[in-house]
Amino acid sequence: MTTANRAAAPPVRDHSAKRRWVGRSIRRVEDPKFLRGQGGYIADRITPGTLHAAVLRSPHPHARILGIETSQALAAPGVHTVITGKEAAELCDPMPDFGPDPSKHTWRCLAAEKVRYVGEGVAVVVADSRYLAEDALELIDVSYEPLPAVVDPERALASGAPLVHEALESNCAYERTFDFGDVERDFAEADLIVRDRLRWHRSGGQPLETVGAIADYDPGTGSLTIDTNSLSFTSYLFMVASTLKVPVNKLDIRPVPAGGSFGSKLFATKPAVIAGMCSRATGRKVTYLEDRIDNISNCDHHGSDRIYEVELAVMRDGTIRGIKIDTIDDYGAYIQFGMGHHGNALAQAVGPYTIGSVRYHVRAALTNKNQQGAYRGFGSEVNNWMLEQMVDKAAGELGLDPVTIRRTNFIRKFPHFIPTGNVYDSGNYDEVLDQALVLADYDHWRAEQKRLREQEGRYIGIGLITAQERSVFSATEFWFWFDQPGAPVTSTPESVTLKVDATGGITAILYSCAFWGNSPETMVAQFVAEEFDCDPYDVAIAYQGSRDGLPATGPGGSRTTVMLAGAVEGAAGKIKEKARRAAAHLLEIDPGDLEWADGGYQVKGDPEQRKSLAEIAIALHLFKHSFPAEMESGLDASKVFDHPYTTMPSADRKDLGVFYPFMGHACHIPVVEVDIETGAVTFLHYAAVHDCGTLVNPRSLAGHIVGGTAQGIGTALYEEYVYDDDGQLLSSSYLDYLIPTAVEVPELAIGHVETPSPYTPHGVKGGGEGGRMMAPAAINAAVNDALLPLGVRLTELPMTPERILSALREAEKTG
Amino acid sequence: MASTTRTISLTVNGRPQTAEVEPRKLLVDFLREDLGLVGAHIGCEHGVCGTCTVLLNGASIRSCITFAVQADGAEVSTVEGLAGSGELHPLQDEFSAKQGLQCGYCTPGMLMRACEILAQNPDPAPAEVRSAIASNLCRCTGYQFITEAVLDAAARMRRAKETAS
Repeated sequence: MTTANRAAAPPVRDHSAKRRWVGRSIRRVEDPKFLRGQGGYIADRITPGTLHAAVLRSPHPHARILGIETSQALAAPGVHTVITGKEAAELCDPMPDFGPDPSKHTWRCLAAEKVRYVGEGVAVVVADSRYLAEDALELIDVSYEPLPAVVDPERALASGAPLVHEALESNCAYERTFDFGDVERDFAEADLIVRDRLRWHRSGGQPLETVGAIADYDPGTGSLTIDTNSLSFTSYLFMVASTLKVPVNKLDIRPVPAGGSFGSKLFATKPAVIAGMCSRATGRKVTYLEDRIDNISNCDHHGSDRIYEVELAVMRDGTIRGIKIDTIDDYGAYIQFGMGHHGNALAQAVGPYTIGSVRYHVRAALTNKNQQGAYRGFGSEVNNWMLEQMVDKAAGELGLDPVTIRRTNFIRKFPHFIPTGNVYDSGNYDEVLDQALVLADYDHWRAEQKRLREQEGRYIGIGLITAQERSVFSATEFWFWFDQPGAPVTSTPESVTLKVDATGGITAILYSCAFWGNSPETMVAQFVAEEFDCDPYDVAIAYQGSRDGLPATGPGGSRTTVMLAGAVEGAAGKIKEKARRAAAHLLEIDPGDLEWADGGYQVKGDPEQRKSLAEIAIALHLFKHSFPAEMESGLDASKVFDHPYTTMPSADRKDLGVFYPFMGHACHIPVVEVDIETGAVTFLHYAAVHDCGTLVNPRSLAGHIVGGTAQGIGTALYEEYVYDDDGQLLSSSYLDYLIPTAVEVPELAIGHVETPSPYTPHGVKGGGEGGRMMAPAAINAAVNDALLPLGVRLTELPMTPERILSALREAEKTG
Repeated sequence: MASTTRTISLTVNGRPQTAEVEPRKLLVDFLREDLGLVGAHIGCEHGVCGTCTVLLNGASIRSCITFAVQADGAEVSTVEGLAGSGELHPLQDEFSAKQGLQCGYCTPGMLMRACEILAQNPDPAPAEVRSAIASNLCRCTGYQFITEAVLDAAARMRRAKETAS
């Protein structure tokens, strides 16, 4: 770790001001329309006369496309056009791709020469209705030459494996080893090296609403308007314009509410590109909305799929000195987000522990599967699971209990720079653990575990994990992988415009933060209310499309609330400054003699002499000539809030700089029972305590904790995109891809600790990825604790009944 | 393929409707496209997730695997009928108070299922609510606040009934 040239941290903020609205569990301002069934989701906006697109998917995991016969489909009733992959490659350039070498693993909206996974699109039909479009799909005749498929990531990396992309001449899209700190010394001096091999299989966000778009090309002006439920990374939408071959200033992509994302709608632009291409081809308004099979097999947002070989250097007292991580990640057929998932993991690679060195060897394997994208955690939830598994294994080998080994290694001084270079801004891990132990009734359950084992022969397990939730990513994590990055981007901004109308009413305009089930409108309303002493329900919220918008990034990496807080604070500051000068002029007093109080400016020490925001606003809107010449009419301001704390990586990449600074933390303690006859896992209790800084709306955060935990339960026990050895997708419906229901998810006992960030408005940290950062690790730990008497340790997720029973059988055999 | 249409007559949220539909048209598409009632959502299109749940003669059904012609002569209730343009139904209001929704996509189906549950049992235990709503998937909330909302709405509806009688 190099510390010499470390850039200065931003100034430490004063959070002592009393807050009126931030911190209150008010009802969400978004909800009434959804409760009435008038959410305005993408499918609700399809108007009569809109054409419908449907995509023909590949049944083969790997095959050359020899030809596509479309004449019958073109002649079918109601069909307007059929576009094959080859034709699409003429109409559109490749998809935006942040991968290591896009020219060697080219990704298109439809496959052109060969298909690389089951479900990849090969042609699209545009017809008067979805029914007619799907009828016509059946009339398309594709001749394929099947090729051998590669499914297993280790096999994919071995020599002689079938190549997913011939141009790459290998299935390894990226490989590098990073050393942070003195790894060799720490391992040489260790009392014990703890080793394990761990396997995390792929699952995904699976929002109940799929991804969709409505595109409307206007041949008269050459402009293309696309409404979509997946607007994100507004600053990068010029790349979509390039794919669609339209000038950037002729493309307007507009956000509509999404029925869930969990990462899986992050920059999910393929449906928008397909709809846009079809609208240009037909000159008509066209919608393309994935069906469920499209979404499961072809969404480009499968989650992490990793094999780990890990070594931990440990001292006899439980001190963990260093960690060597060797990981293979199965990216599927393309690699749109590059190594961002591992950049993410490096932000908190050492968890809440004082581990001094890290070796990170990563290989990105390409296989015949749908590609990875984003799923709540973006790779960090996998790192949490790996690290907690290793810490528990070390505790077991040293004869320490899980609480002791964690307390032995907790970081207690902040800000703390971890070996990779990232900073943990603040935290109080002991307090979180203390509260969780109480909430979990830990001692009671330890006693129960013993009693039920001895008296009733039952296998009860208590999992305990303490792990990180980094928040507010900076762009560097996407490029510090390369010594000569193509695009060393430096900020991931978010913008807000505030407009005060002539009556003092406030409208907030958001630029990419589509509503995805998070609560950007409630958050902004609470921040605006805090600034202007108004009722949050009186704040109007509007969204702006990409063309007329300001730089923005959108939800992802638990950034939204913090970034919106900064943008609102900045815009409010500009408005208040102008309002102060206007009020001073109206009151014929020096601006410095005024103070903001109760929604207006008043003379310090003389509250009788004041002007409310409404009085100031109407004067500024209508009576320009009453003011000095330099004061313009109106009262509005915008703030482009850039990432508040990013530093650049060192040239030798031994220090990656600060890239994910606002560090949340949590402790999860589930109590499970494992039925060793059936392999079923049920919950007896579940406690979760999170600290993500100052709470904005505690109820809303609790919702993310429970909801994320439910998804983590899916990851730990049920959910997997299963490809068989031939590359066929076996879990292409909800009959096979098992999402937890209300009976699989227990009631959570939830606790909050608030350790404010010194660097963000109000001290807020992100918390959107919630329970899914923690639950897979915690449940795995609980199952292992339950099966400890049988000498069984599960090292592979999800822990399906089959995997649990097979581990039990294996243990019996080796006895 | 083009096919002949059938005439169906049904009542939707108390209002009689007569329409010409293709026999293969799904009830959810009929409600959304022909009647403009977009509250019933399409989630999985194979009858598992429940976001398309509506009541057919008082019983919850999956409108994504039901043909519109199967609703001929029936009474259909959708989320739009719960409050109309007036005050929120106690279930809707408690979903809001308890934050029993995040993205809102499963919410209309959950609300209609909850209506059915409370019509059958006005005073369910928490475990009974969980078991009953296990018919419908929610990907956001983890069900805890939905369960709380249904229980609190049930209590309110019981009190309102007692006051009325």
